[in-house]
Amino acid sequence: MKVQITQESKILKRYWRKNVMIMAILLSIWAFLSLGCSILFADSLNQYSLFDTGYPLGFWFAQQGSIIGFVFIILIYALYMNRVDRWYNEELESLQKRKNSD
Amino acid sequence: MTVQTWTYLFVAVTFCLYLGIALWSRVRDTKGFYVAGRGVPAAANGMATAADWMSAASFISMAGLVSTMGYAGGVYLMGWTGGFVLLSLLIAPYLRKFGHYTVPDFVGDRFPSLGGKEKASGTGGVSVMRRLSQNPARLVAVLCAIFISFTYVAGQMRGVGVVFSRFLEVDINVGVLIGMSIVFIYATLGGMKGITWTQVAQYWVLITAFLIPAFAISFKLTGTHLPQAGLGGTLLDSGVLLLDKLDQVQQDLGFFRYTEAFTGGWSKANVLLVTFALMAGTAGLPHVIVRFYTVRSPRAARWSGFWALLFIACLYLTAPAIAGFSRTYMLQTLNEASTGDLPQWFNSWQKTGLILWLDDGDGLVRYSAGLDNEIFRRGALAEPEFIEVMQQHQLWIDTGGARGKDGRMVLRLLGLNGPDRDIIVLATPEMAELANWIIAFVAAGGLAAALSTASGLLLVISSSVAHDLYFRVIRPDATEKMRLRVGRSVIGVAVIIAGIFGIYPPGFVSQVVAFAFGLAAASFFPVIVLGIFSKRVGTFPAVCGMLVGISFTAYYILGTVFFDMERWTFGVFSQGISPQGIGTIGMILNFAVTGLVTQFTAPPSSEVQTMVDSIREPEGVSPARDIDQSLGN
Repeated sequence: MKVQITQESKILKRYWRKNVMIMAILLSIWAFLSLGCSILFADSLNQYSLFDTGYPLGFWFAQQGSIIGFVFIILIYALYMNRVDRWYNEELESLQKRKNSD
Repeated sequence: MTVQTWTYLFVAVTFCLYLGIALWSRVRDTKGFYVAGRGVPAAANGMATAADWMSAASFISMAGLVSTMGYAGGVYLMGWTGGFVLLSLLIAPYLRKFGHYTVPDFVGDRFPSLGGKEKASGTGGVSVMRRLSQNPARLVAVLCAIFISFTYVAGQMRGVGVVFSRFLEVDINVGVLIGMSIVFIYATLGGMKGITWTQVAQYWVLITAFLIPAFAISFKLTGTHLPQAGLGGTLLDSGVLLLDKLDQVQQDLGFFRYTEAFTGGWSKANVLLVTFALMAGTAGLPHVIVRFYTVRSPRAARWSGFWALLFIACLYLTAPAIAGFSRTYMLQTLNEASTGDLPQWFNSWQKTGLILWLDDGDGLVRYSAGLDNEIFRRGALAEPEFIEVMQQHQLWIDTGGARGKDGRMVLRLLGLNGPDRDIIVLATPEMAELANWIIAFVAAGGLAAALSTASGLLLVISSSVAHDLYFRVIRPDATEKMRLRVGRSVIGVAVIIAGIFGIYPPGFVSQVVAFAFGLAAASFFPVIVLGIFSKRVGTFPAVCGMLVGISFTAYYILGTVFFDMERWTFGVFSQGISPQGIGTIGMILNFAVTGLVTQFTAPPSSEVQTMVDSIREPEGVSPARDIDQSLGN
C-alpha cells in the first residue's frame, strides 16, 4: 500500500512537471511575441516589412501577428495537456493492474 | 425600405430571439442559475465567452481607437487578447477542477480564516460580523468583484442607450430602459444558462455585423476581400501600398506616421506597462473567469479557452483593418472637399455631432493636426452651449472675423479636435456604400455586444452578493429555493442600479474602466496564480499582497486622474507612467509583498495543501467534489 502511494505521487509529480514545462515554453513564446517583437523590438523590426506586403514588421506583430500567435499557443496547450491527461490515466491504470496481479 | 425600418426590424427580430432562448432555458436550481448546470459544450462556451468579453466598447469604439492611435492601438488589441493566454494556461483549467460557483469562492477556500479553522461557521451561532472577519480574503475578493463589475456594466448600459439613440433616433434614456428590461427578463429567468445561450446567439449577430462591412470596404479600397490581406495590400486607385500611403498622408497633415512605433505620449515603457496591465487584468476579470465554470471538465475548459480566443480573434484581427481603411478613406475624401462634394455619410453623421465641419471661410474642408484643422466633434457639449458656439462661428465667417468668435478655437480648447472615434465603425457601411439592411444590421450587432457583456456582469454581481455574501456569510442555512430567489432578486436590483448609471452616467465612467483592469491585475490575478502554483503561500501574506496591490493602484489612478497628481517616473522612465499601466506595477508589488511576508509566516494547513494538490491533479482521478454537499447542506 505504502509503495503504491509513493508511486502514484511520483506519477503526479511527473505530470505536474510536464504541465509546468509546457507552460513555461508557451509563456516564453507568448512574451516573445507580444512583449518582445511587438513592443521592445518594434521600432527596429519596423524597418523590414512582412514578405512582400505593405506591413512594417513591428506594426504587423502588434496588430496581427501576436494575436494569431496567441490562438496557436492556446491550441497547442489544449492538444498537449489533454494528451498528458490521457498519459497520466494510462500510467495509473497500468499501476493498478500491476498491483492487482501482485 | 429605409435604414430605420430595417433597423427596427432587425432589433425586434433579435430581441425576440433572445427572449425565446430565455424561455427555453429556464432554470430551477442554483447550479443552473450560477454555472448553467456545468453542461455547456466547449465550443458553445467559447462563443459565449467571446460575446461576454466583447463589449460595446470592443464593437463600437475599438477600431476607432486604433485608427486614431495607429501603432499604439496594438496596446488594446494585444492586451485584450493576450490575457486569454494567461487565463487559459494559468487559471481556467485549475479553477474548473476546483469547481464551485464564483471567484471569491476559490480565494476564500484557498486562503481560509486567519485564526484556525472555520468550523463553527456552518451554524447560526456565529455572528455575521465574526464570519466576515474570519475570512478577509473572501471579503476583499467579493468587494473587488462587485466594484469591477459595476464599473463595467455602467458603460454597457450607456452603450445600449447610445446605439438606440444613433440608429433609431429614440432618446438615450428610453434606449437604456428597453435594454434594461430585455436583460432583466432573460437573466432572471434563465440565470447563467439563459445568459450562455443568448450569448451564443449574440456572438453570431455581432460578428456578422462586424465582418460584412469590413469585407466590403476592403474590396472597395484594395480589391481584396480579406481585410487582413487588404491592409497590407495596394490601393486600387493609385497602386501604392495602403499603409505607405496612409503614413505619407498622416505625415503631410501633421499627424504622426501611422505605423511608426512610440509616438506622442506612448513611450516604449508605457506601451509595455499598459499592455501588460490589460493582459493581467483580462485574466483576472471575474465575469470572464466564471464562464469556465460552466463547462463539463478541465479538458473542456482548455478547449473552451481556445475557442473563445479564436472567436475573439475574428473581431480583433479585423478591427485594425477597419481602422486603417476608414482612416485612409476619411483623410482622402474629406480633405479639399467642398460643400457640394461632401460624401453622403458625412452629412448623415454630422447631424449626430460625431463629426463637425467648422469652415475657415474658404469653403474647403481641411482635416489636419495643426491649427488649420476644421474637423471637430461635439463631445459632451450641452445643447445651448453647442448652439452658441455654432452661431458665433457662423457670425464670425459671415462678418469676415469682425464679429462673432472662431468656433475652431473654442472647440480646440475643449479638446474636441477630430471626429468622435465611434464614427469609424458606425459609418464604415455607409463609406463602403452598402445596402440599407447591412447598415441596419450593424445596429443589431452593437446591441448584441452591449447586452451580452451586461448580462454576464450582472450575473457576477448576483453571484457575489447572493452566493458569496448572503449564502456563505449571512445565512449559511438558507434553502436552495431561498438562495435562488435571492439570486434572482439581486439581478433585478443590479439591473436597476446599472440602468440608473446608464441614464445618469457619472462623468468618470470612461476613466474608471482603466481602474477595473488595474484593480483586477493588482488583486485577483496574483492571488489566484499564487493560490494554484504555490502551496507555501498562506492567508496572511495573500491578504497583505492584495491590500498593498489594490491600495497602490487605487492611489495612483485616483491621484493622477482626479486630483492632478504628477505622474511618476520612478527615475527610470523618460515619461510619467500612464494610469492605465500602473496595474502592472501594482501586480509586481502584490507578488513581492506576498513573497516577502510568506518567508515569515507558517505554510497553510494540510487541508488547504490537499486541496491545491487536488486541483493540480488531472480529471478523472479523484472524483469531482460534490459541491453542493461540501457546502454543508
